[in-house]
Amino acid sequence: MNWGSADNFFAMGGYGLYVWGSYVVTALLMVVEPLLAIHRRRRALRDAASDARPEDHES
Amino acid sequence: MKLTLYTFSSPPKYYALTGVLVPVCWVLAIVLSAIGLWMGFFVAPTDATQGEVYRVIFIHVPAAWMGMFLYLVMAFWAAIGWAFHARLASMVARAVAPTGAIFTFIALWTGAFWGKPAWGTWWVWDARLTSFLILLFLYLGYIALVEAIDDPRRADQAGALLAVVGAVNVPIIYFSVKWWNTLHQGATVSITAAPKMATTMLQAMLIMTFAFWAYAFAVIFTRARAIILERERGAGWVNQLALKGSSRSAKP
Amino acid sequence: MTDLFLAVLMRDLRLAARRRIESLLPLVFFVVAVSLFPLGVGPEPQTLRQIAPGIVWVCALLAAMLSVNTLYAGDHADGSLEQMLLAPQHAVAVASAKAAAHWLVSGLPLIVAAPVIGLLFDMSGPALRALVMGLLLGTPILSLLGGLGAALTLGLRSGGMLLILIVLPLTTPALIFGAGAVGAVESGLSAGGHYSLLGALLIATTLGAPWATAAALRISTE
Repeated sequence: MNWGSADNFFAMGGYGLYVWGSYVVTALLMVVEPLLAIHRRRRALRDAASDARPEDHES
Repeated sequence: MKLTLYTFSSPPKYYALTGVLVPVCWVLAIVLSAIGLWMGFFVAPTDATQGEVYRVIFIHVPAAWMGMFLYLVMAFWAAIGWAFHARLASMVARAVAPTGAIFTFIALWTGAFWGKPAWGTWWVWDARLTSFLILLFLYLGYIALVEAIDDPRRADQAGALLAVVGAVNVPIIYFSVKWWNTLHQGATVSITAAPKMATTMLQAMLIMTFAFWAYAFAVIFTRARAIILERERGAGWVNQLALKGSSRSAKP
Repeated sequence: MTDLFLAVLMRDLRLAARRRIESLLPLVFFVVAVSLFPLGVGPEPQTLRQIAPGIVWVCALLAAMLSVNTLYAGDHADGSLEQMLLAPQHAVAVASAKAAAHWLVSGLPLIVAAPVIGLLFDMSGPALRALVMGLLLGTPILSLLGGLGAALTLGLRSGGMLLILIVLPLTTPALIFGAGAVGAVESGLSAGGHYSLLGALLIATTLGAPWATAAALRISTE
């Protein structure tokens, strides 16, 4: 599929809004979701650490 | 998805195993997506009837399949957890739910963005989209129920019951929505019916499905590991892990 | 088993009879909710006639979901629920009796009120008959599914809203076939297919829901 130019590619034959609206939102969700999961795991690890060493609580 | 029955009953083993698998799944997901998207945008030709907008199909259909498939996966592990008192299986079920819900949402969103140019409105109450909306409600119901119950055991079991009841009802709901749709038929063909797809389109779609699958594994494993740490807090292996992790960072 | 079923059923009916105002609340809600729609949609008779079956069904659904909340709550609070559930096989009888009592107290009045509401929306005779027939078959389904939801959400803070979210998707087939029956009759077709499907749903729900509700009760009271 030869688009000819980058402009043609982004325009998607006039349907740019619909195609990119779909892909961008999907990509966003597929970046945010794993980040949230990773953050959740790190926080769980931190909470477990503070359980294991309560005497290390310095403000 | 699991290696042996023992990986079930042992959260630390599962934690260690998934720790190795997650990066592998990410690599797979990225590589497969790259191939799939390249094929979808640079190999697959323009569609005769719909022009370029059909290219949404490369994420719409895989997301829809994942949404449906993950619900069954979730119900399966929840049921195993309930039947065998295997709390690890219940934890995995809880890890699957948000990912399944997000894929279902993506299917709806991309369905809407495809529907607008193809049928003129942002939403079409056709059988498939409406069923997916109800599937999203089923996911949200499960998530809401398990989050609302404080006691983990009660939450696991109640969630399992709800997930199984939901899974049994999905075919009934789909059938009734199809019936409802044909009665009030205005638009004819479902927008996801692409009767004659070029081979390259089909191939790209399949590769994207595998890419989504790898992505799902990666995220679900990560979330499952988080849930395990939360639920097994206080256990010896968790403390060891946590201390190891924190000693690598700031030094007193 | 039948003894326990009848005992729980009669007890719930007697309790409902003592709190007559409370028992009529679902009916009042139903009438009020239905009346809101013309205010929102406009008084055009043609439009109202068209949307009437859908409105009646949705409001019946919501009335059932809102009233099923307290199905087990009272007994759970004073400990009698656990007494009733002492033997595991009792749970199914309790679940069936509770659902039956709910239908008799909340569902039947709706079925009686529905034709009156239908007249407010200028529905024709055959359409009204189809509406009542559909509700007759469908409201027991709502009570049975609602009982399952109530058992699952027993004692939870967010109980009411959560119950609605959980149960509503499961009731969509009944809604579709029930409201569809009226639509069929209004377009001159027979509603036989809809009734058969509703009947099949009713049978399946009667066989499955009490068993699932019993499991849910055990889960929630352990």
